Amino acid sequence: MSDLDTTTDQIYERFAPEIEGLAREDIHERLDTLVNEYRVPLDEATRSVTSAYAEEAGIDQDSVGGEENELRPVGDIEEDEAWIDVEVTVTDLWEPRSESIAQVGLVGDASGTSKFVSFSTSDLPELEEGASYRLSNVVTDEYQGDYSIKLNRTTIITELEESVEVGDDSTTVEGALIDIQSGSGLIKRCPEEDCTRVLQNGRCSEHGEGEGEFDLRIKGVLDDGKEVQELIFDQEATERLTEITLEQAKEMAMDALDTSVVSEEIRAEVLGSYYRVTGPTFGRYVLANETEELAEPVDVESTLIRARSL
Amino acid sequence: MSGAIPTREVARRVFAAEFNDATHTFRESDNERAPIYLLLPTGARANRVMIAGTLTEKDNIGDDSEYWRGRVVDPTGTFFAYAGQYQPEAAAALREIEPPAYVTIVGKPRTYDPEDSEDILVSVQPESVSVVTAATRDRWVVETAEQTLDRIEGFAPEASSYAAMAQERHEPVLETYRNQVISALESLDTAEPAASPAVES
Repeated sequence: MSDLDTTTDQIYERFAPEIEGLAREDIHERLDTLVNEYRVPLDEATRSVTSAYAEEAGIDQDSVGGEENELRPVGDIEEDEAWIDVEVTVTDLWEPRSESIAQVGLVGDASGTSKFVSFSTSDLPELEEGASYRLSNVVTDEYQGDYSIKLNRTTIITELEESVEVGDDSTTVEGALIDIQSGSGLIKRCPEEDCTRVLQNGRCSEHGEGEGEFDLRIKGVLDDGKEVQELIFDQEATERLTEITLEQAKEMAMDALDTSVVSEEIRAEVLGSYYRVTGPTFGRYVLANETEELAEPVDVESTLIRARSL
Repeated sequence: MSGAIPTREVARRVFAAEFNDATHTFRESDNERAPIYLLLPTGARANRVMIAGTLTEKDNIGDDSEYWRGRVVDPTGTFFAYAGQYQPEAAAALREIEPPAYVTIVGKPRTYDPEDSEDILVSVQPESVSVVTAATRDRWVVETAEQTLDRIEGFAPEASSYAAMAQERHEPVLETYRNQVISALESLDTAEPAASPAVES
């Protein structure tokens, strides 16, 4: 039985009681047209056909959306603009960068964690850190290969009695910090709603010229001679690593009339030394939550024994 | 999508003695822009290296513009690093740093075949030059020892094309590289005063 047939059956069973004379052939044909003629992905086609029948049957579409969504592990989200349900624990709440964002942070389940955003205009109840929820009808979002979920006006938030366990998707990597990439140091971010893009010469690639808000970050490369791992240090992690605060960085840039003095100072401070970094994985980056310089003396003896016995 | 992004080359750890023996470079394809690899005698390719040691001398050998040459000494020998106008940050670092100083250098291996000499000179074109602590230098020595031993242990010309290439080009005496590892490690052992055989060079 093909996927189309399965979906046809599901839609048929959902609407047969409500729509008189509903025919499987009609459902199948609509799906087939979208999928095979217009090359619409099956889940989108399903959504579209379902909502068409919902309208015909006079059912509130949002409630249909909520019921039809698949419950998905948040750590495995790998598509853009998919409508899904998740059952998660709020592991982290961050400071929203703009008034349009009500809440931003991390939610997680056994599969890992994902960033979430909730907008002021959606007028949703606030999520509490540490609490577990079913979030019905959220939409996935992709930015530079990283996936997040967006809550919206139609999202139904149900607090769960049983706590959802969050899988530990944080990794620990060790090596020499051998590169600080461009876009590190004192940067400016676009202040627009739901946009945290870094301004290039005062311009956001999406929203054009803007004042921008200062931020401090490092995009670094850790290398152990065998593998390369890209890292991101957010403001807090950068301040801890370099002992340069955002305020000090602004002063340095002001004195020099140039923001690049900050990244130069950071390079001089941290490049070429060894670190152990722990944090969650975002796309190809590890987000440096904990960083420790490997400054303790190394064990020479065991390597010497190995060399002598070779 | 990720297939389109070229993966960053790892920085190989290699002692000066082996590095200076690595006189053969090659490309993986005929494309002129394909990366150049240095063939390490212990059977690996290196497009980037991380070295550490004592910067003992630096000279500006440029005529019109700055061109810095640094000598970096590790327990097995001396690395040469050259940085000019196309490596502004590394050149600036070499200008600023007062030897002697412990440094780590990350950079690209380069070979040079002088007309008046039989020898092919191997050097590093730095991407970065950093002043580091003695502890960092020691960590690099142990790490480089471990990874050199990994290569020696895994040297199998019948299984690895780089080992096969190294066998053909260098006919490496693996025992030599193992002994360099041992003396490098012994030089860290402060309990043994016969340390640092190569620092005099």
